[in-house]
Amino acid sequence: MRTDTSLRHSRIVGLGEHRPAGSLTNDDLAGRGLDTTDEWIRTRTGIVSRHVAAADESVVSMGIDAAAKALAAAGLSGADVDLVVLATCTMRNAIPGGAARIASGIDAPGVGAFDVNAACGGFCYALSVASDAIRTGSATRAVVVGSEKLTDWLDWSDRGTCILFGDGAAAAIVEAADEPGIGPVAWGSDGDAYASVGVPDGDWAIRMDGPAVFRWATTQLAPVARRACELAGVGVGDLRAFVPHQANARIVDALARALKLPDHVVVAHDIATTGNTSAASVPLALSSLVNTGAVGSGDLALLLAFGAGLTYAGQVVRVP
Amino acid sequence: MSQQEILAGLAQIVNEIAGVPVGDITLDKNFVDDLDVDSLSMVEIATAAEDQFGVRIPDEDLKDLKTVGDAVSYIEKAGVAA
Repeated sequence: MRTDTSLRHSRIVGLGEHRPAGSLTNDDLAGRGLDTTDEWIRTRTGIVSRHVAAADESVVSMGIDAAAKALAAAGLSGADVDLVVLATCTMRNAIPGGAARIASGIDAPGVGAFDVNAACGGFCYALSVASDAIRTGSATRAVVVGSEKLTDWLDWSDRGTCILFGDGAAAAIVEAADEPGIGPVAWGSDGDAYASVGVPDGDWAIRMDGPAVFRWATTQLAPVARRACELAGVGVGDLRAFVPHQANARIVDALARALKLPDHVVVAHDIATTGNTSAASVPLALSSLVNTGAVGSGDLALLLAFGAGLTYAGQVVRVP
Repeated sequence: MSQQEILAGLAQIVNEIAGVPVGDITLDKNFVDDLDVDSLSMVEIATAAEDQFGVRIPDEDLKDLKTVGDAVSYIEKAGVAA
């Protein structure tokens, strides 16, 4: 038996995003008879509006669009890809996964393809797995997609959850590199707290113990972010951007405070017009920072994803 | 630690997290109705108080702490128990 023992480096070379045209404002939600107000939602979540996929937009179709745009951004086509990893937790059916259909949809039929379900933590898990596949020689170029249609799993009369979530997809192209472009992952889980967020047994919609999740996120995750930096040999002062999962602006702000980020570090606040898009949130937020010029090619960004499971993962990446 | 010391420390925390003037934070004040502190800020206040006073304030107990006086008594008792 033989294995390739010479580890290569990996990097992100392109990003693409799909934000559904449909959207719902806080006032729209209040107008539907939900007992809430724009002011209540804004002050507690930082969310102003969220995108809602149309009936003919799915996890797969949004993922294909985001992946195709990421390939175009990198000047590549489906023929250049040999692995597709889809991070999602909102496929309508558990079987089959969506990655193989995304591979076909971007004209990369027959390549390695699988789904990762680490809920809102999913993108950083998927990115780590794809990066390791490239570093070890199992793949040469991967498409990593985060795509979610959370509105299929929302109870629109549950004001504690339906105000939080939105739909969307984003993708990153990962390939081999001469210099490190994706740092080692810091990841973990807390299965004892699984009931604090998710679809309960016998239920069909996402339910959440908001204060419990908020306490977990604001007390347990800053050390994970610091560990991701240490593993990459990067100080917080070396970062240009901090891109945490966009669960709640108050969590984002609490994490940024706990990390004592210098003023030059941009903190992603994509949540305002996007809501919580689970596994799509970190790549959507990173893509937004790139598209608005808030970060430039070669800058270092600290990614940190976390959510149901409970799961969490983070790594430092170089912006393409 | 005396009740007065706990109140002073807690007032400092509430001021930092929720922006409430320290002078407004008295034992009779209701966090939500009088000081406009929302449920997420209460969680942040609880975790900061845990660090400062070396006590545990789980979410199920936090729900019952309606006034500043409730919180001070809870920390006082939890501190003795610890």
